[in-house]
Amino acid sequence: MFRNVRELVDIAERKQISISEVMIQQEMEVSGLAREKIMMQMEDNLRVMEKAVEDGLKGVQSRSGLTGGDAVLIQNYMKEKEPLSGNLVMDAVSKAVATNEVNAAMGIICATPTAGSAGCVPGALFAVKEKLNPSREQMIRFLFTAGAFGQVVANNASISGAAGGCQAEVGSAAGMAAAAVVEMAGGTPQQSAEAMAITLKNTLGLVCDPVAGLVEVPCVKRNAMGASQAIVSADMALAGVTSRIPCDEVIDAMFKIGQSMPSALKETALGGLAATPTGKSLAEMIYGITK
Amino acid sequence: MKYRSVFDIIGPIMVGPSSSHTAGALRIGRMARKLLGREPKWASVHLYGSFANTYKGHGTDVAIIGGLLDFDTFDTRLSDSITIAKERGIDIQFMEENAIVDHPNTARIVIGDENGQLELVGISIGGGKAEITELNGFDLNLSGEYPAILVLHNDRYGAIASVTHVLAQNRINIGRMEVSRRELGKEALMVIETDEVIDHSIMTQLEKEDNILQVVKVAD
Repeated sequence: MFRNVRELVDIAERKQISISEVMIQQEMEVSGLAREKIMMQMEDNLRVMEKAVEDGLKGVQSRSGLTGGDAVLIQNYMKEKEPLSGNLVMDAVSKAVATNEVNAAMGIICATPTAGSAGCVPGALFAVKEKLNPSREQMIRFLFTAGAFGQVVANNASISGAAGGCQAEVGSAAGMAAAAVVEMAGGTPQQSAEAMAITLKNTLGLVCDPVAGLVEVPCVKRNAMGASQAIVSADMALAGVTSRIPCDEVIDAMFKIGQSMPSALKETALGGLAATPTGKSLAEMIYGITK
Repeated sequence: MKYRSVFDIIGPIMVGPSSSHTAGALRIGRMARKLLGREPKWASVHLYGSFANTYKGHGTDVAIIGGLLDFDTFDTRLSDSITIAKERGIDIQFMEENAIVDHPNTARIVIGDENGQLELVGISIGGGKAEITELNGFDLNLSGEYPAILVLHNDRYGAIASVTHVLAQNRINIGRMEVSRRELGKEALMVIETDEVIDHSIMTQLEKEDNILQVVKVAD
């Protein structure tokens, strides 16, 4: 069982297999289930992600009224104009936003690795899909690659906003997506690790400060950032750019930053954007109370 | 390692909005339900840390009650769980606690009916995973992901051996086991996670052993 990114990449290089294959083989060992069964279970997750994006792109509204409809705006903009950041990036952004708008509306999503950060991986996947035309199996493998890196973060640091801030949620999710994009685009296991490291470095220190305690503001747009950052980092890694700080050390730094973050900035809705005048008045409006 | 399966990371499939505050909270409630073995008549839910501060926004309250009703994380009735519970005559109380706890997402759940009650403490550790850290005053560590039994027994020599002997006779392999007690020589609790599902006849066999007071099955 790999315990860190170094071991994960070593196994892949030694056996001359992909990161997704390392993850599949390990899952077979841990669960005792056949490969087919595991692939089918992951396809169920993929189907839920597809459905959430589909629903979100039709337009949904959350109960509080804070979020909803932005995915549609972005898709319409792409039809009318050539986005400055390019179609692929904006497509990823709209699909990440779609997923988190569905989540905020209490629709059904697949946590990757959490619900609040559920847009990054599918956002990147379904945008890159349009360009690379992957097979169904490659799309399922994308999720195993993302899962392998996520597992390392979850075991060696944290994937909980309450424990580590948004860097642990959207930061981790974006890193997982970046690593998976690299594999789908034909990059090496080491390049996946570089993409993960670059992404996570760029989200270090990100606080979890949900307005009114809802997974809406700023969570939905943080997923837009995560999905776009994932694609940019993947491109950098595929270009041969490496991280001066190894991936495992970045993960460790993220963990330590999370520990030293004050609790007001870790999903308590007491600090950051939640504590702004507008954030507080929105909370009062939603709950009809003065905290 | 806390996260062993890739599906802990990619998954669960769930009703939003929060894996820790909705799906994980539901799993704490559902474990309480499984440990009680039936639908409770009343529930008193104490929320700590981030749970106490944000439960309304995250639907932590509907999630815990959904768990007590034995709903799954992807059950679309989740947002109506409190109404459904009230219709079924379950008396529900929520309390926001200020006490500082080890984990930011902690809930203490006391549930019961005319035949008994139980009290447990659960934590939601992220990505929808939850752990039970205390049950009726015993410290423990239970994820609810593997078949497991809880054995309440007298704190005497041979009690543990008799239980493992019965399991061995029935070709049940133990994956993880822990023993905890509140006081020396009084009652103690064994948590045994197994590879195979433990059927009813084995439970009865265990309960017949000396010093064994009660056997409860946690997961199927």
